[in-house]
Amino acid sequence: MQIDCDIHPGVPDTAALFPYMPAHWRDTSVMRGIDDLQSANYPDTTPLTVRPDWRPARGRPGTDAATVAAQCLDPFGSDIGILNPLFGVQTLYGDDLAAAYASALNGWTRGEFLDRDSRFRASIIVSLENIEMAVAEIDRCAVDPSFVQVMLLAGTSRPLGRRQYWPIYEACVRHGLSLAIHAGQEFRNAPTALGWPSYYLEDYTANAQAFQYQLTSLFCEGVFEKFPTLTFIMLESGWTWVPALLWRIAKYWGGLRFEVPWTNRSPEEIVRDQLRFSLTPVDGPADGDQLRRVLDHLGSDRVLLFSTDYPHNQFDGADPFPDVFDPALRQIISSDAPLAAYPRLGGAP
Amino acid sequence: MSLPVGIYDCDIHPTLRSAADLEPWLSQQWIEHARDYGALRQTQYTTGSPYHKSQPNAGRRDAYPPEGGAQGSSLPFLREQLLDAHNIGCGILNPLIASQGVRNLDHSIALCRAINHWQAERWVDPEPRLRASIVVPYEDPIASAAEIRHWAGDRRFAQVLLLSRTSFLPGNRRYWPIYEAAAEVGLPVGIHAFGNSGWPVSSAGWPSFYMEEMVGHAQTSQSGLVSLVIEGVFERFPALKLVLVESGFTWAPSLMWRLDKHWKTLKSEVPHLKLSPSEYIRRNVWWTSQPMDEPENRRYLADIFNWLGWDRIMFSSDYPHWDFDDPARVIMFPATDAQKHAFFTGNAAQIYGRD
Repeated sequence: MQIDCDIHPGVPDTAALFPYMPAHWRDTSVMRGIDDLQSANYPDTTPLTVRPDWRPARGRPGTDAATVAAQCLDPFGSDIGILNPLFGVQTLYGDDLAAAYASALNGWTRGEFLDRDSRFRASIIVSLENIEMAVAEIDRCAVDPSFVQVMLLAGTSRPLGRRQYWPIYEACVRHGLSLAIHAGQEFRNAPTALGWPSYYLEDYTANAQAFQYQLTSLFCEGVFEKFPTLTFIMLESGWTWVPALLWRIAKYWGGLRFEVPWTNRSPEEIVRDQLRFSLTPVDGPADGDQLRRVLDHLGSDRVLLFSTDYPHNQFDGADPFPDVFDPALRQIISSDAPLAAYPRLGGAP
Repeated sequence: MSLPVGIYDCDIHPTLRSAADLEPWLSQQWIEHARDYGALRQTQYTTGSPYHKSQPNAGRRDAYPPEGGAQGSSLPFLREQLLDAHNIGCGILNPLIASQGVRNLDHSIALCRAINHWQAERWVDPEPRLRASIVVPYEDPIASAAEIRHWAGDRRFAQVLLLSRTSFLPGNRRYWPIYEAAAEVGLPVGIHAFGNSGWPVSSAGWPSFYMEEMVGHAQTSQSGLVSLVIEGVFERFPALKLVLVESGFTWAPSLMWRLDKHWKTLKSEVPHLKLSPSEYIRRNVWWTSQPMDEPENRRYLADIFNWLGWDRIMFSSDYPHWDFDDPARVIMFPATDAQKHAFFTGNAAQIYGRD
């Protein structure tokens, strides 16, 4: 059993979503020329966005179930693949427009992938423009057991620990869904806390800082205490930065706990209990001994989840694991850890 | 733990007894301006921080001078409580007095000049164990370069000081005159956490707690370092020495791994970089130690020191702030005498050394 926790199907354009959208939004999209919502998080043409051998002659990679299965499930021997669409619906302004596109995207994922290949599972995509509407979308999609998590982006308008977002976490608990946070920005803030960088390389690297702010917020606001059964999954986040962040939170927790009296577990305990990270990109050292030490620093061999990050260009060939990961660890990362992280995979083949 | 004699403390915060302390070096115009308008910053209160500190002035409760005034405002008490008590042979002053990020650039220029005089004449002249930092009005980089050159060769000054929360990322070309001048006069540039950038303190918006602001200085410093490397500051100024002060350092190995990995994929975007990101960082960047992070297993810190290099990290206390690190209790894991010597004395002597 192997579960690939981070696969990105390609939405060809907004017209592909029209069959899953009410007439008003379809018609006004045509009228206004809303042709595409590819976000600046992943420009189509960069060497990072698509691995060379996955780049089609025309259009986006992975726009249909057969292609994704052939390129991303079969070669890796994955039995289940979790689809995390990155079409930029979270960046839209306006409650109704954003909700309509999020809903259409979920309909597309279901209609084009989940209903066509039983190996696929998917994220429910929501816009954070309106939390009530996001919860309604979760309730609507959760009826289909193939949706296994709700996915948010790392760069939000306000930090994700804030209570305005808690109804989303309540909905996840209610439906047995996990809560994923994926690399990328809603573009409600600049990509860094010091404004806009000059290069895409900086934009992409800045995801690691965004994840760190979010984990700090989730910790400080007490989200892990309020929702102790909810698993938070960081996707395409990298993970070698995690230990240093935990140690720094622990340092200030020691002096500033009066501000966050509802926090009962240390950051290191919370990672072991409730936080998971997708394997790729492996933002680690070339030296295998150092990488083993990083795993020690993480404090658990249960926190990484197998991923290809298809079609992003994070590794060559058909093995994303670093050489020093032994077969027992690979087994945990490929199977045991994901099965534990996703309650809805309990009935998986 | 036995320490080398006369250690370096790379982060000490002197402050004013009152605004009048700077008046000997301010024109009547600026004295009256400050009286009527204060110092305009990119934040919501006229004084203090957007997030209220855990104690007044973020200072140790035992650091109020016996003669009165804020923590860090008395040279005699700083001598007694810090330099003598902790065996400090050389201390680097980093004043965090509202000046550098002041929006009225002429006011910022005037305040920085006055603070530099105040440091040199009120602290360094009477106490040879102390050395000052040239505070510069960094949102006017041309004026900053002039300020650096004004003090060039004055051995009372050990570095150029910037704050981490600048209005633009620090690698942005508008700031290059600062790095050019610092490299020219042979002074390191220290970037100390804090300041008011005008942006939310996280890229996910404003958090709720002071604790988050404090943890977040590490991420903001990461973004700043990424910018300096990727914009090519170290390619353009290869002799520049950069010291990250109070930014944390345990994140640095991971940041270098991440940068190198993604640079390999995206290097066609940044052809001005001739070395890998980690090669620039290993050549041009140093860190101060406080706040020393606290893993459950303290030995993990030894891994970080080994990966980053014992020659890159320098002791700092952050006196008189509440999160002060005591030099006798800061290395809570096995280290050799040579490693401790580098950490407490040797590295800083190379970066800041007078001789």
